Amino acid sequence: MALRYFLRRLLRMIPVILGMTIIVFFMIHLVPGDPARTLLGPRAPAEAIDAFNLRWGFDRPLHEQFLSFLGGLVQGDLGTSLSYNVPTTELVTGRFTPTLLLLAISGLFAMVISLPLAVVAALREERTPDHVVRVIPMLGLGLPAFWVGILLLTFVALRVDWLPVGGYGATWPDRLIAMILPGLTVAIGIAPFTIRSLRSSLIEVMEADYIATARAKGLAGVRVLWAHGLRNAVIPTVTVLGVNLGWLVGNTLIVEKVFALPGLGALMIDAVLERDFAVVQGLALIFGLLVVLVNLLADVVRASLDPRVQLS
Amino acid sequence: MTTPSRSESRKAVRGRRSYSLMIGTGLLGVIVLAAILAPWITPYDPLAHDLDTILAPPSSDHLLGTDHLGRDVWTRLLYAARLDLLIGVGAVITPFLTGTLLGAVAGYYGGRIDLAVSAATDMLMAFPYYVLIIALVFSLGPGIPSIFIAMAIVAWVSYARIVRGEVLSARGQQYVMAAKTLGYTDLRIIVRHILPNVITQPVTYAMSDIVVIIVGVVTLSYLGLGVPPPTPDWGSMIASGQSFMTTQWQLSTIPGIAVVIVGLSFSLIGDGLTHRLRPE
Repeated sequence: MALRYFLRRLLRMIPVILGMTIIVFFMIHLVPGDPARTLLGPRAPAEAIDAFNLRWGFDRPLHEQFLSFLGGLVQGDLGTSLSYNVPTTELVTGRFTPTLLLLAISGLFAMVISLPLAVVAALREERTPDHVVRVIPMLGLGLPAFWVGILLLTFVALRVDWLPVGGYGATWPDRLIAMILPGLTVAIGIAPFTIRSLRSSLIEVMEADYIATARAKGLAGVRVLWAHGLRNAVIPTVTVLGVNLGWLVGNTLIVEKVFALPGLGALMIDAVLERDFAVVQGLALIFGLLVVLVNLLADVVRASLDPRVQLS
Repeated sequence: MTTPSRSESRKAVRGRRSYSLMIGTGLLGVIVLAAILAPWITPYDPLAHDLDTILAPPSSDHLLGTDHLGRDVWTRLLYAARLDLLIGVGAVITPFLTGTLLGAVAGYYGGRIDLAVSAATDMLMAFPYYVLIIALVFSLGPGIPSIFIAMAIVAWVSYARIVRGEVLSARGQQYVMAAKTLGYTDLRIIVRHILPNVITQPVTYAMSDIVVIIVGVVTLSYLGLGVPPPTPDWGSMIASGQSFMTTQWQLSTIPGIAVVIVGLSFSLIGDGLTHRLRPE
């Protein structure tokens, strides 16, 4: 049953991934006129433009270029970096760890921040604590992640001896410590969404019949919440994190840049600033695939944890 | 336990909601007014360098001090509000219209149109928001027009999703059946009958979308991909103040606070609207 669900889910991913590839490819060719002009500047000599086009295959028809891009992808070739003249795949290896670590830690932090706030709000629905908690997402939505990062660097990292001011450690304990502030920054960015959804799903769960039963048995409010409510509300929280994964991953881009973490996001921003279109293209695709795969993983885990999730 | 009666607590909710609408519009009104009246509020030119008074601390002459080129920070803050608010509100219009329209058509007709719209939203939503925006602005070249185009390409999907779902459930309602029986055209049914009933959701979503877009613009400008310097913008102000954080922390901190306050006011308006427009 679970295997069939997994396979069907995998099958449904194929058109999405193909569509994403098309989007990534044509996104770069969006600009009318030739990319060589945009990249080399308006004063580049004609020979340089021709040489550039020949080198990168821009002189060929668009559909041919797309097919060779697709053919390369199938063989694990993401194109060649313009700035470093090495395959994009080579630039990318080793950059996965900081990004995935940052994602995991910020997801954890987001749960740690949201859960108590949502519980307080749900238990005191429409009363002062609830009102206070409901203002937090409103404040949080307008917080630019890079700004939060700059503030944390200046007012926390510079004053706390054991926290590094950006960068990534050489050993695992160092790396984990280096992730604290960036993780917090990304978590603050996602918290408006998780707090809001978790609060409403907790309220919904607390209105369920089995909660009324637990209350009727004479269990205390906190006990009811802990043993019956929260357990059933954690599953929607995982879903909420999954749904907002795109937002979460997007924020890591900017946060990696601010904290000088050698991850995929910082690489993408550097590539954008260096106008290295092949690397931008490759990374956009990697990020898209990352979100699709993590979502698949979350779905499968959820389906195997919760018997109520319909496997059809 | 002393729980208030159902109707009593509903009344309390309504009271609080109109409160949030009031605070939100009031806050935004003040900011918009300050942005419009900037030339009368402050005597300085947002672009004028004054190299004799660089990095001045806040004083009675310069309320928020000056930046590394001697420009008055309070003045730049006000002029930046003009641009950033205009981009935020302006860039939401196209995606709102196209998304609502495509969502309505997809939900109403179903079939192949629905399949195409849903596939497009699925694919675009699979990308992390900032990855798509940054890649698009990269390809179109930095600047304000690129931001508008990038937002138009990316942001419509949420509206399409919301409206599609709403129209899908409205399609089976009696008032739609009645309109069909009367022989009205599909266009008339969608525009005159269905949309007025489902428009609340996309409108309130647009309020938080404006916040997301403003934060996006500020982020792009911080990275050097948005509003080009020396035009005042909150993102580039934060970026240029970053080097002086240890001595002149207000340079980067204050523009960020401006973004947060603008975000709060739009969120309050959205929250208030949700409950004001919800049918009894």
